[in-house]
Amino acid sequence: MLLLSASLIPSNAQVVENAPQEAKTPSVEMADVFRQDGKIYVVVAVMLVILGGVTVYMVGIDRKLNKLEKELDIH
Amino acid sequence: MGNNNVQKADNKQIVNKLFRKSWWKIATVVLLVYTVVAGLLFDVPRLAILNETVRVLHFHVPMWFGMIILLTFSVVYSVKYLRKPELQHDIYAVEFANAGVVFGILGIISGSVWAKFTWGAWWSNDPKQNGAAIGLLIYFAYFILRNSLEDEQQKAKISAVYNIFAFAALIPLLFILPRLTDSLHPGNGGNPGFNTYDMNSDLRKVFYTAVLGWTLLGGWLASMRIRMRIIKQKINEKHEENYLRTDHLAAVERESHSL
Repeated sequence: MLLLSASLIPSNAQVVENAPQEAKTPSVEMADVFRQDGKIYVVVAVMLVILGGVTVYMVGIDRKLNKLEKELDIH
Repeated sequence: MGNNNVQKADNKQIVNKLFRKSWWKIATVVLLVYTVVAGLLFDVPRLAILNETVRVLHFHVPMWFGMIILLTFSVVYSVKYLRKPELQHDIYAVEFANAGVVFGILGIISGSVWAKFTWGAWWSNDPKQNGAAIGLLIYFAYFILRNSLEDEQQKAKISAVYNIFAFAALIPLLFILPRLTDSLHPGNGGNPGFNTYDMNSDLRKVFYTAVLGWTLLGGWLASMRIRMRIIKQKINEKHEENYLRTDHLAAVERESHSL
């Protein structure tokens, strides 16, 4: 989830915002962008986790139904 | 005898093949992931009062779109039932209505939260809010009506008729009456915060995906509950068969004793 969210961040924005800093001090690669923009990426990550959980749960129910249908010979 | 034939016709346990296919379920998840990511990160119009809450558009409005689509399926199956009294149709009708009403409840709650921070109150007795609430109450009565009837055929028939009336009442409550008067809700009366002109291409890109994704999710939920009911029906039928068989055996035994 974190990787997915991080990969969505436009890379050029990072370059532009880090440029002036780089001139002064050698920049250290950090996951700064993830904490920018009012931490909206955290919200995205949390919602994806919840969506993922709901999906896994629903797929589980779906599979159980498949099994029961096979057992009871329902076409 | 005629009743018996009807009963036999009911017992065809055929699950819609689409219900077992996984491609549309995968599509549902992909569309919803896109909705969450794009809905929260993409550029949105800068509008006063609404601010970032404009993004709620991708979550609140699809609940109502989804509800209407699911309830349309429900009413179609109610009509089908009245044309041909197969219990299968009744199962489809009630479960599509179930999923639709769940979406409606989520829509009314999410709308209330959104209203608190844009209209200033959780509930402002807006015609759109009241219409939605009355519409949902009409649908609650559908489930109460169903549960108050014992006989399967009677339950199916009466609730099918009621469902058609419920749907016919819901449409004006949501889409006509609020437009005849002043409403805070966009698309009804003059709301400066957000109206159809503000639905720009940025929002549309995500919004239509969101509607499709959420509606498919509702369909997925309904399909699983339909399959559950069909399984239950099949089990009941097997019990009945067993009961009849043991009854028959008992009768044979009694006969042999009397001889």
